[in-house]
Amino acid sequence: MTNSTNWITVCQESDLVANSGVCALINEQQIALFKVKNAGQEQLFAISNWDPIGEANVLYRGLLCSVGDTVAVASPLYKQRFCLSSGTCLDSDDVTIKVYPIRLENQAVQLQVSQ
Amino acid sequence: MSTSAQATNSQLRIVVVGNGMVGHHFVDQLIEHNTSVGADNSALHISVLSAEPRLAYDRVHLSEFFSGKSADELALTTPEYYQQHKIDYKLNAAVTHIDKVAKTVTTVQGEVLSYNKLILATGSYPFVPPIPGNDQPHCLVYRTIEDLEAISASSKVSKIGVVVGGGLLGLEAANALKEAGLETHVVEFAPQLMAVQVDGGGGRLLRSKIEALGVKVHTQKATQTIEAGDVCRYKMCFADGSFLETDMILFSAGIRPQDKLAREFDIAIGERGGIVVDNHCQTNIDDIYAIGECALWNNFIFGLVAPGYTMARVAAAHILGGDQTFLGADMSTKLKLMGVEVGSIGDAHAKTAGALCYTYENQASAVYKKMVVDSSKKKLIGAVLVGDTSDYDTLLQYALNGIDLPEHPEALILPASGGAKPGLGADALPATATICSCHNVSKGDIIAAFDGGACSLSDIKSCTKASSGCGGCSALLKSVCDAELSKRGVEVKKDICEHFAYSRQELFHLVKVGKLQTFDELLTKHGKGLGCEVCKPAAANILASVWNEFILKPDHVSLQDTNDTYLGNMQKDGTYSIIPRIAGGEITPDKLIVLGQVGKKYNLYTKITGGQRIDLFGARVDQLPEIWKILIDAGFETGHAYAKSLRTVKSCVGSTWCRYGVQDSVGQAIELENRYKGLRSPHKLKFAVSGCTRECAEAQSKDIGIIATENGWNLYVCGNGGMKPRHADLFATDLDTETLVKYIDRVLMFYVRTADRLQRTSVWMENLEGGLEYLKQVVIEDSLGLGAELESQMQVVVDAYQCEWKTAIENEESRKRFRQFVNSDKADTNIVFVEERQQIRPATPEEKASFTQQQQAKRIAVELV
Ligand code: SRM
Ligand SMILES: Cc1cc2nc3c(=O)[nH]c(=O)nc-3n(C[C@H](O)[C@H](O)[C@H](O)COP(=O)(O)OP(=O)(O)OC[C@H]3O[C@@H](n4cnc5c(N)ncnc54)[C@H](O)[C@@H]3O)c2cc1C
Ligand code: SF4
Ligand code: FES
Repeated sequence: MTNSTNWITVCQESDLVANSGVCALINEQQIALFKVKNAGQEQLFAISNWDPIGEANVLYRGLLCSVGDTVAVASPLYKQRFCLSSGTCLDSDDVTIKVYPIRLENQAVQLQVSQ
Repeated sequence: MSTSAQATNSQLRIVVVGNGMVGHHFVDQLIEHNTSVGADNSALHISVLSAEPRLAYDRVHLSEFFSGKSADELALTTPEYYQQHKIDYKLNAAVTHIDKVAKTVTTVQGEVLSYNKLILATGSYPFVPPIPGNDQPHCLVYRTIEDLEAISASSKVSKIGVVVGGGLLGLEAANALKEAGLETHVVEFAPQLMAVQVDGGGGRLLRSKIEALGVKVHTQKATQTIEAGDVCRYKMCFADGSFLETDMILFSAGIRPQDKLAREFDIAIGERGGIVVDNHCQTNIDDIYAIGECALWNNFIFGLVAPGYTMARVAAAHILGGDQTFLGADMSTKLKLMGVEVGSIGDAHAKTAGALCYTYENQASAVYKKMVVDSSKKKLIGAVLVGDTSDYDTLLQYALNGIDLPEHPEALILPASGGAKPGLGADALPATATICSCHNVSKGDIIAAFDGGACSLSDIKSCTKASSGCGGCSALLKSVCDAELSKRGVEVKKDICEHFAYSRQELFHLVKVGKLQTFDELLTKHGKGLGCEVCKPAAANILASVWNEFILKPDHVSLQDTNDTYLGNMQKDGTYSIIPRIAGGEITPDKLIVLGQVGKKYNLYTKITGGQRIDLFGARVDQLPEIWKILIDAGFETGHAYAKSLRTVKSCVGSTWCRYGVQDSVGQAIELENRYKGLRSPHKLKFAVSGCTRECAEAQSKDIGIIATENGWNLYVCGNGGMKPRHADLFATDLDTETLVKYIDRVLMFYVRTADRLQRTSVWMENLEGGLEYLKQVVIEDSLGLGAELESQMQVVVDAYQCEWKTAIENEESRKRFRQFVNSDKADTNIVFVEERQQIRPATPEEKASFTQQQQAKRIAVELV
């Protein structure tokens, strides 16, 4: 599964929903994937699907939002916002979730895993 | 002890008799004046003659002497301070003579002082009822530090103490005895405690609270004699033949003005005592003033320190040539007695002619509140609060400033569960209204601060300190600032969020007038950024109200809150609930069976909701489409329990079965539910229809309530239960069904167009200028000429109805949304149930922890970067 560049394919681009999230299961871990369309540009993000405040696997079902220049997702449970690129919670100083490198290779959505 | 500073001939000689709280405040005013003109060449020479062995101290906090405060700590001034300011003072120097012609006074030591201006500030003395035996050693009073020393000494050799008098001071004294470890009794002549400040109801509650603290209360007892006791030192014999044994008696039966000097030397006094003064605190004799508790103004003695201080300022100003006047004072009080909160405002006993009362009594929480209003029900003239004085400040504003009461004044004292109480409109407050009592900031001070350059709420906070104390005034402060800012043309933002500089109502117009169909169009034309969790659902809701398109259309899908996206309410563990529509609460046995079968097949928790339907809980997101497929095939539709839209139209059984019913309430409920289902609105909507006036469907607690009459239907609008319940208002009577539907169409569409986001009909209506009357004009009289348009817009929405679940499962693309994982068919392992009362429930975190430990062992750990 891991090659020299250790990027693994998770799904196809068509599985993603514009300005919204889907969830992938990789090695028993739930990763929320987002496709954000911003000013004609498309950007992908991958974060942990676990909402540490609501304590459930739900972040991919949250609403995307921008806070100034920061792109974030608001948890569907209690609405705390998490920055998609850093994983920090904008509403609670001491909470951060994991973010993962993500890219598009010939329509395939890929995540990077460690050796 | 005394100081002497010789008066020069050119100086004005001022002699102050009495150095209590008010006498001292007067001296302080003159010191301030002296300092401001330069003390050395002062034109004033001030002498102070005190009957007590020490200079002024804080009588208000006298009781703290018992909790360890020393006389020094209670002192309001020091000998050094008086000396420094060349105040000539003499202690233990009661004045015994006044010569009004020679303008001199003589002290008990025989010293003679001449005056140009004489100030009587002799205060008052405790009234001891003329009961035989009241002059024995352990019969005491409560006024001076010496009194308290005597009480302390006596309580060391006493087991039982009785306080005669159940007023404010009596209860304070009782607390002191209790603290000293005595078995404490209060004997009161009146039928209740604190008869001056609180009414019968408040008195009853106060009594029970004080008794709960272990103090025994005896009301309607007139003491006739104090004799030697059998087991205690004394025996108090009452008029009704009963008696009480005690070791100590503390009289606190009221105060009397200390007007002895005035009586003896022919200065006018009132019929029942007190030195008569005018608005400048002058007596009937030239150059003699009286201030504080010895003064009788307008036939009234003020037994509180604040009015005394005002008198001191007025008299000082008058002597120095100023022109302030004393025009009475508010006697409202708020205090905590033995931990019991008590508040009294104005005419607590509703003695004013035509006065009306609103009373709230909650025996369970021991709270009693009463408001007294004038006969027009427009002004608050009095109030009594026992057990909870949190409404005191607001009520006092109404009373002191003569502010018009809101339409339902009772809301001011009723508990507001959750939401805020009806606030005081900022414009209704006069400039003198105190906004922040901690820092004594009035509305006028705030306006002055704006005039002085402040530009925002935070400027006001930093320059006036308002709201930096207890914080209780912050809402009031904000509304005063907002109102003031908007008067100055500063725009107070109603923007829905950082992405749109518009209110919901404005966005609605932009969508409608611009014929905008998608969020992208709206954002490109009128907004910025990506949008957020606030503006997206609001826009989706507006788009749906205007166009009523399928909400999972790709254009809309990213806008919806999870509940709308997945057409169900998300539960705490990420699963969803399923509530099919059961219009009017009517359901066939066959459909009931289907619900049972589905619940069983998918192992769902099943419950009857508060809205007359059935909720199935615990469905995983991936199970939703197949469950709904079964339900739809059996004839069910979505119940919109997840949406800001019509929820249920509750019904009672009505004339079909019920012997009292006068119309078919079930039929009407079903028809209305089917008409308005799917209507997206600023907040959820609930209806109910009752078949007769017995109102079994609780229609008056709904946004739209309908009650059958012999002749048709009575329509009620804008009620709700929930966090801040409100009864609906009667809107129109005896309507036929056609008119009923027409009015409902108009009310709802007008609401959909003009309400704020997440504003229920009640709050919307209360915020409409003109309120219910205005709404009636718009809807019934068609005053805006909007009626036909509102109806036709409603018809568009009604015609565009579709069952969202039906569309969702028929559409491959939207079905894809219900996958948990894009790359796996597995289920979310964090969703774990345990069994309780033969059904599932979400496992607690502890239960889950033990479950996952077992799972963990099987897991292959490949770390992601
Ligand atoms: C299921 C139910 C409780 C039950 O087991 O009985 C319920 C459950 C919820 N209520 Fe309710 N309410 C339910 C009847 C009520 C009622 C009673 C009624 O409708 O007669 C009320 C008071 C009446 C009223 O609204 O005027 C009620 C007042 C609320 C409120 C407070 C609304 C308010 O204006 O103060 C909320 C919060 C909100 O909407 O913001 C709320 C919100 C909720 C939410 C949506 C909270 C949430 O987001 O999770 C719950 C959804 C659970 C779910 O998955 O369905 N629920 N809720 C009832 C569903 C009725 C139905 O058939 O649709
Ligand atoms: C226990 C207690 C609690 C109280 N709690 C509160 C409260 O919570 N809130 C409130 O607003 N008020 C309260 N009060 C009332 C408040 O203390 C009085 O309103 C205030 O002290 C009145 O001030 P005064 O200067 O007029 O009278 P006083 O403070 O009584 O001073 C009068 C002074 O004049 C002296 N004097 C009398 N005759 C002569 C004479 N012939 N020659 C020289 N000196 C003379 C007296 O000895 C005395 O020192 C309380 C009072 C008591 C006793
Ligand atoms: S009352 Fe609260 S906990 Fe109960 S169902 Fe309603 S929202 Fe949920
Ligand atoms: S009243 Fe303003 S801070 Fe307390």
